Amino acid sequence: MRAARAYLRSPAAVIGTVILLAVVVMGVGADWFYPGDPLGLAGRPLQWPGQNPRFSLGTDSSGRDIAAQIFHGARVSLLIGFVATSIAVVIGIAIGAVAGFYGGATDTVLMRVTEAFQTLPNFILLLVLVAVFGSTIETVTIAIGIVSWPPVARLTRAEFLSLRTRDFVQACRVQGLSDVHLILREVLPNALPPVIVYASVVMAVAILLESALAFLELSDPNVPSWGNLIGLGRNVLRTEWYVSAIPGVAILLTILGVSLVGQGLNDALNPRLARAR
Amino acid sequence: MKVLTLALRRLAASLPTLLLIIAGMFLLLQLAPGDTVDALMAQMGGGDPALAADLRRFYGLDVGVAAQLGRYMMRLITLDLGFSAIYGKPVATVILERLPPTILLMASAQSFAFFFGLVLGVLAARRVNRWPDTLISTLGLIFYATPSFWFGLMAIVVFSVYLQWFPPGGFSDITQSLTGLAAVLDIAKHLVLPTLTLGLIFLAIYLRIMRASMLEVLSLDFVRTARAKGLSETRVVARHVLRNAMLPMVTLIGLQAGTMLGGSVVVESVFALPGLGRLAYESVVQRDLNTLLGIVFVSAILVIVINFLVDILYARLDPRITAGS
Repeated sequence: MRAARAYLRSPAAVIGTVILLAVVVMGVGADWFYPGDPLGLAGRPLQWPGQNPRFSLGTDSSGRDIAAQIFHGARVSLLIGFVATSIAVVIGIAIGAVAGFYGGATDTVLMRVTEAFQTLPNFILLLVLVAVFGSTIETVTIAIGIVSWPPVARLTRAEFLSLRTRDFVQACRVQGLSDVHLILREVLPNALPPVIVYASVVMAVAILLESALAFLELSDPNVPSWGNLIGLGRNVLRTEWYVSAIPGVAILLTILGVSLVGQGLNDALNPRLARAR
Repeated sequence: MKVLTLALRRLAASLPTLLLIIAGMFLLLQLAPGDTVDALMAQMGGGDPALAADLRRFYGLDVGVAAQLGRYMMRLITLDLGFSAIYGKPVATVILERLPPTILLMASAQSFAFFFGLVLGVLAARRVNRWPDTLISTLGLIFYATPSFWFGLMAIVVFSVYLQWFPPGGFSDITQSLTGLAAVLDIAKHLVLPTLTLGLIFLAIYLRIMRASMLEVLSLDFVRTARAKGLSETRVVARHVLRNAMLPMVTLIGLQAGTMLGGSVVVESVFALPGLGRLAYESVVQRDLNTLLGIVFVSAILVIVINFLVDILYARLDPRITAGS
């Protein structure tokens, strides 16, 4: 309750929530606002925003409605961001929890693997994964999740390392509770808050990774994605720059919303830090 | 000397990581549909199975996966990365040709982000919670949320198309052969927009860390002592606070090295720079898996080397690190 009040008192957090909610409404209501295929031909190509009242944000070089693509793109971006983040968080927590809880050789091996993933530039690893498994929306989402887990694992491990020797964990151990119970029911709930806050960073990066991949035409071309639209607009950049400009603003606002919400959560959950700031 | 020993020990510790990466990536690429020979045959417009078998023998693809991995590892020791069927050259040669623009771009983006991140972070911390701080922090948030490729495109529209201050892409002007200072200036002019584009997100990260770190150090006792001695605020910040507050930023250079290399893939594609990142993109599109594996190897080494340099720099900035060990 106290955390919720602290969250709502921060103007940045409120602005972030409003932006994010607006994007969610756009994504969820896309079919209602713009029924029909957003990638279908809608009108004369390359009409500037405001030129034709039917297309408030204009049309792209294939005569598709940009506004419809922005709304449907919101759904794709949020979905990819959410699913990829969930994958990264689950892998990261699993590896970090086991490494931090057991320590010793298990920890060494798992941290070596984590280090290997962190040494490799994540976008290059993403390119390799796309080269191997193809670029449908499912594989791209899973690939983004796979390249994003190492920081989550490190964070979880650090939390587990400091929590596993606490008295309440020792007490449970003495009672003869299983390791699985200790990890999932005792330690994890206490380790979770910083991980959840960090998930907002993972989500922001995931959305950026997908849009960059789509921009390079290495993501799924059959879904309305903001990155795809920016990539298509590149061909007419010199004259009709709005085709690229509009989806970029959408990405910027979404990332801004996610970051502000994450920061607000962080300040609300760690009041000591918030005051120091 | 002690600094070097320490850094070298860390460098040695990263060798198993490197082996793990190479083995993992090699096995992963085995899962890719089609091999180099398939790509080559497709480029030639097809051919008979006998030719394919010959080519497979030539590229060493006719033995088992484990044997191929063993061979690849042995060749890596002599820095032989294999042969690129697409470019018709050894992979090492192809990568070496593409390395300088990327290193130049990364170095200039890193310097830009570090310097302005530092300055803006200090400015924000000294006017904490007043309008300069609010302005700088808001700008930082917006920079952090800006997709680099989009910023690059918009920069091209504004600075190349409308204002015509900078060229929209390329590494140097190929219409005239420049030498000496003129050539350097020409390359510098081509790198301004890519540097801004790649550096922007890191500028945002650095300024945020610098601001937080300044605020923390400013509240420490030795700063109070310095102020009590009657030093001016500028002198306190410049001589006492800055060096301490910079430590987290230096750590960040190492942590962000990989992200920056990944970012250069996109930035080099936007500005048509003939660098390593663009090569990575091209080898994915052309299914040149040998080159892709070489790039993975070289970029991992690049990240390890950057971290090695950061270790040395860090120890110089903070003598406690070597004294403590």
